[in-house]
Amino acid sequence: MIEIVSESKCISCNLCVSVCPTNVFDKVEGGIPVIARQSDCQTCFMCELYCPVDALYVDPNPEQITLKSEEDVENLGLFGGYREKVGWGKGRTPVAKHDYMYQLSAKTR
Amino acid sequence: MSERKPDLQLTADVLVIGGGPAGTWAAITAVSKGSKVVLVDKGYCGTSGATAPSGTGVWYINPDKQQREEAKQSRYGLGGQLADNRWMDRVLDRTYENMNKLGEFGYPFPLDELGNPYKRGLQGPEYMKLMRRLVLKAGVRILDHSPALELLADDHGVGGAHGYNLHTGETWSVQAGAVIIATGGCAFLSKALGCNVLTGDGYLLAAEAGAELSGMEFSNAYAISPTFSSVTKTAYYRYASFYYEDGTAVEGAGSQRGRSIIARNLLQGRQVYASLDQAPEDIHPLLRVNQTNFFLPFDRLGIDPFKDKFPVTLRLEGTVRGTGGIHIVDETCATKVPGLYAAGDAATRELICGGFTGGGSHNAAWAMSSGSFAGEGAAVYAATLGDSSSTRSLKGLSSSTLTRGASDAKPNKTEERVRAVQDEVAPYDRNLFRTSKGLNESLSTLDHIWQDIRNETISLDAHSVKKREAAAMTATARWMYNTALERTETRGMHKREDFPQQDASQQYRLISGGLDKVWVKKEEVAKEAVLH
Ligand SMILES: Cc1cc2nc3c(=O)[nH]c(=O)nc-3n(C[C@H](O)[C@H](O)[C@H](O)COP(=O)(O)OP(=O)(O)OC[C@H]3O[C@@H](n4cnc5c(N)ncnc54)[C@H](O)[C@@H]3O)c2cc1C
Ligand code: SF4
Ligand code: SF4
Repeated sequence: MIEIVSESKCISCNLCVSVCPTNVFDKVEGGIPVIARQSDCQTCFMCELYCPVDALYVDPNPEQITLKSEEDVENLGLFGGYREKVGWGKGRTPVAKHDYMYQLSAKTR
Repeated sequence: MSERKPDLQLTADVLVIGGGPAGTWAAITAVSKGSKVVLVDKGYCGTSGATAPSGTGVWYINPDKQQREEAKQSRYGLGGQLADNRWMDRVLDRTYENMNKLGEFGYPFPLDELGNPYKRGLQGPEYMKLMRRLVLKAGVRILDHSPALELLADDHGVGGAHGYNLHTGETWSVQAGAVIIATGGCAFLSKALGCNVLTGDGYLLAAEAGAELSGMEFSNAYAISPTFSSVTKTAYYRYASFYYEDGTAVEGAGSQRGRSIIARNLLQGRQVYASLDQAPEDIHPLLRVNQTNFFLPFDRLGIDPFKDKFPVTLRLEGTVRGTGGIHIVDETCATKVPGLYAAGDAATRELICGGFTGGGSHNAAWAMSSGSFAGEGAAVYAATLGDSSSTRSLKGLSSSTLTRGASDAKPNKTEERVRAVQDEVAPYDRNLFRTSKGLNESLSTLDHIWQDIRNETISLDAHSVKKREAAAMTATARWMYNTALERTETRGMHKREDFPQQDASQQYRLISGGLDKVWVKKEEVAKEAVLH
């Protein structure tokens, strides 16, 4: 489930509010979005992919809240980890294009 | 919806409900045939639905006679010979065409050793970001966070829809010559990857308009996932060994056919563990790149899935990776109701994979093909209506009254109902291993829930969306189980404990429908449909 909107990183662009398919966030006038309906989170990680500054953390567990702290997530290097692997963000190449996509199929045919 | 006018009123030639692959292909295709199109999505077109967070293998087969023949045979037997040879040809052709178009539109396909794009798969986030861009570029108006709550119709057929915008709190209506339902399948809020927006809404909307369903017994897809994760990506479990807690192997457990064994153990309270320890080491990095999302939960928890044993469960994906859905009556993906079309998981996929799962390649191919068939069909139909569409007097079709007044049920009643429906459809000993006794017991509960919902007035606020979802899930479960009762055999994914064999005399499709009274009837598979 979505657990963290990092106050120190978030630039209040509200992209996460727009892209979340299950309407989990609420916009806040003059502030950063709040997680308003946490239990509606379907743990799809899409908000992480769209956040331009890696300010969100979605824990893999869709049923339980882990109460990880921002510090823990930071220390484990988990902010933005998925976006990097998918190859989204400035100067990155989308993973969709990666040679391994084809190589796997060639090897496992 | 009555009393007052909706806050936002739009008109279009074609209204597309749902913005996953099927809906987006439908929208751009309808525009290319000259239609003015509005697309509404419950979530956000581009991130919402089963494909966006996930990605799909695609049934992309070169137009080579032998390759095509093999492709068609691959699931024909597994699907209980309910697929249709002619539809398989059409879908293979259209998928080939559309995947090639995606390359031209800028999808970043990887290259093979000869430098040619390799088109057997699509990464969800990338694919759906591109589809949104194409839809906007085509001039389609998108309403995000705007679930459709009911269809509008008159004597001539369907002519639009009403809904609610979860972000603005406004109601909307779109009057249109034709409506395409592309709302995906129904996974009963199981939190399978990307599936919580998929609550069978389109089935209910269609049935309320008088359309029929087909193959609703093929609605019990369960996907393997770690217990601690929503990621129901299953392809890599072909490299898995399965273990009990003490480390001994679970005999016969596997990803494809051995899911039942996993389920039986889980039913008996024995946790099953998996480890991808059969994946050759040299492909580990390739696997990691191919499905980044598969590894995400493991990486976050510090688990090495190639070495460690992790607990697994089976998450219900219902009709999403099943094949049942709205019955299609012709090549344009029209339903039996004039002006109403269905595409993607909202429609039956029996035509290309019978009763066997559509996951892994067929569903993705079906979504993009049926989307474009429906887009064309709806555009042509809307054009024949001409200007008459603007003078129609349309009425809402919701089976529960929708009103602007105060609601008579407390919101928490909806949660209760949803849980009650889940209690009937999620358990393996109800839905995966079916018996006449179990199905009947479930149906008596489900019928009560339906009556309860039916007698309630729904006021148009944010809760109305969840209430209509609960209604749709209840109705879906009733079509599923009534059809499952009727099929007294085991075929495709439909397994009857009390009828464990396939019965050659039941090689027909089952059509269902009805709201207060659910009915099921047989439909023969046409001779021309048979694949030899
Ligand atoms: C984990 C997973 C992996 C899969 N892998 C594969 C694969 O490898 N190969 C394959 O072929 N298939 C695969 N599938 C199936 C494939 O993802 C679906 O068949 C495909 O997404 C169907 O497309 P669709 O457009 O019909 O529906 P979806 O992509 O599910 O989109 C439906 C859309 O409708 C919207 N909607 C729902 N209700 C309403 C409403 N009331 N009003 C307005 N909008 C609404 C939703 O928000 C959503 O955007 C997989 C599915 C899952 C869950
Ligand atoms: S993980 Fe998905 S459902 Fe959850 S908040 Fe992010 S975008 Fe929304
Ligand atoms: S997308 Fe990221 S930066 Fe933008 S509002 Fe959300 S958390 Fe903040």
